[in-house]
Amino acid sequence: MSDTLILSARWAKPNSAALSTYRADGGYGALDKALGMDPSAIVDEVKKSNLRGRGGAGFATGLKWTFLPKDVRPRYLTVNADESEPGTFKDRYIIELDPHQLIEGIALTCYALDIHLAYVYIRGEFAKQARILEAAIEEARQAGVIGTKLLGKKDFDLDIHVHRGAGAYICGEESALLESLEGKKGYPRLKPPFPAVVGLWGKPTIINNVETIANVPWIVQHGGDAFMALGAGKSGGTRLFGVSGHVNRPGVYEKNCDYNLKKLIMEDAGGIVGGRKLKAVIPGGSSSPVLAAHEIDISMEFDAVKAAGSMSGSGGVIVFDESACMVRALARLSRFYAEESCGQCTPCREGTNWMEGILHKLEGGHGSAEDVAKLEQVANSIAGNTICALGDAAAMPVQSFVKKFKPEFLAHAELRRCPCGDTGWGITQAPRDAVAGPVRYAR
Amino acid sequence: MTNHAGGVEGLPREKVEQFDRELAPILKRYPPDRKASAMIPALRLGQALFGHISPAVQLLAAERLGTSPSRAEEVATFYVMLETHPTGKHLVELCTNVSCSLMGGDQLWSYLKQKLALAKAGTSADDRYTLREVECLGSCGTAPAMLVDEEMYEQLTPQKVDAILGGLK
Ligand SMILES: Cc1cc2nc3c(=O)[nH]c(=O)nc-3n(C[C@H](O)[C@H](O)[C@H](O)COP(=O)(O)O)c2cc1C
Ligand code: SF4
Ligand code: FES
Repeated sequence: MSDTLILSARWAKPNSAALSTYRADGGYGALDKALGMDPSAIVDEVKKSNLRGRGGAGFATGLKWTFLPKDVRPRYLTVNADESEPGTFKDRYIIELDPHQLIEGIALTCYALDIHLAYVYIRGEFAKQARILEAAIEEARQAGVIGTKLLGKKDFDLDIHVHRGAGAYICGEESALLESLEGKKGYPRLKPPFPAVVGLWGKPTIINNVETIANVPWIVQHGGDAFMALGAGKSGGTRLFGVSGHVNRPGVYEKNCDYNLKKLIMEDAGGIVGGRKLKAVIPGGSSSPVLAAHEIDISMEFDAVKAAGSMSGSGGVIVFDESACMVRALARLSRFYAEESCGQCTPCREGTNWMEGILHKLEGGHGSAEDVAKLEQVANSIAGNTICALGDAAAMPVQSFVKKFKPEFLAHAELRRCPCGDTGWGITQAPRDAVAGPVRYAR
Repeated sequence: MTNHAGGVEGLPREKVEQFDRELAPILKRYPPDRKASAMIPALRLGQALFGHISPAVQLLAAERLGTSPSRAEEVATFYVMLETHPTGKHLVELCTNVSCSLMGGDQLWSYLKQKLALAKAGTSADDRYTLREVECLGSCGTAPAMLVDEEMYEQLTPQKVDAILGGLK
């Protein structure tokens, strides 16, 4: 297995966000190469690469790009930097530590798809990241990398703007993102039509995650086959896995996308804090079904995790040691989904509130075995019955936590209290040294 | 529908002028016929200049963006970072979602409440702080995390929290 780093290679360099740093490392070379290529050849390389969306759904990027209707203009690109799924913290480092890689990816995508206006929708809480990205875009504009010509050579108008959100998880959902970008509240749209056909301001729009787009320069430079060679099955390339919770060395690790989950936790992230035993892992952001300790010896490749009954989703791995209370964790997650439901569909609006209420009761020692059964029923009644995937996202943790840790839920009902008490979030609750690829953050 | 009594005329004139000056470059990011897209940035600008997004500020944003006051209100009340009511001088927003709590976020929540003499989320008696629990801030590796006046602080401990709050004006 190779140790190719596509996304985090420059993060430890001094002044890593500067255009000069990027250029000194061959940055914008892919764009230069692309100017000599037919735009459709770029799309072909991306198709060959088996690049799959890093925002959560793992949809094939090249295929998505072909959904654009042939003859409708203008088309738009929106890059999803909402990064709000609990446990997910990777896109921010691309933006903070190597924004030009993202900008080059945007330029390449726009050139490939005949798009002249792109927005990066960044969550409102990322103030620093928004400043860095805006400065980098301005630097690229001043240097003539983008503007009315690409790299000062090829006539091609390209405007890139940063649009800051204002605190709403639902705006990470692609159609809610578009509503928000149009200056409205973030209500997801009914699909179809999909954004690639009817998107921003009613025009065909490609929406991709930050990490997805940041891979495009490497693919153009090295070819789709080389990218595919770093993965397995129908998934190419490396991924940024974020490991948080009860590990010794939390942080972001760039690994081939079929990397072993157990190895990631036990070796790269330094194993479980205090030498305690592992209890559970959420493998791909809070919405992905939880895995019990004995289920984690799997490849993180999208289809492999699916076969194991979960999702590699956003690559956000949350680790619980034996001292953590699963009821408490699920109660907190359910509160999140109840809070963030936009309220448009009844099963999601009502169901997320019910689940939160039942879990709150159980955690406080006021619940019964019937409540545990009811919890499962409510979750089942949401799944598949809503406009957007937030409904499913709220149901999956509940279904999987209850299924895999039922004795713990029943114990809360029987004992009429949380058996863990104050240590419900684990015996060791303290910040630890962390990493972002090669960068170290001392506590 | 909110009563917009007072209206834009009730806002200090020099601040309205500043609003217009700072809105101009923001509007350049959107096609001229899509000004309404600037609603979030316009409201955030209003919040920064006027303290919170009162009905008059909503009206101002709606007018400048050529859209209805109800659209401005709908947006102002949907997003958690948009404040439609006055807050304390400093906004302290601690993440207590799972990854943070596994590293002490929940304990810090108790610590902060005690420190600011608050029984639950809210504004301190001297109006100096508004304390809130927020959802995942995308800093789960460097947890626990909080925002103070919209800037992120990570790998928090009680001592660090003391230093951060102590350093505020
Ligand atoms: C509730 C919800 C929240 C989402 N949040 C994000 C997010 O924060 N970032 C992101 O890239 N995708 C998010 N997505 C997925 C997007 O809808 C979309 O699939 C993705 O941005 C497409 O880009 P990709 O194909 O490159 O992954 C979310 C989806 C749902 C249902
Ligand atoms: S599923 Fe939930 S979040 Fe999605 S549209 Fe329906 S109510 Fe809104
Ligand atoms: S859970 Fe607190 S930043 Fe992610």
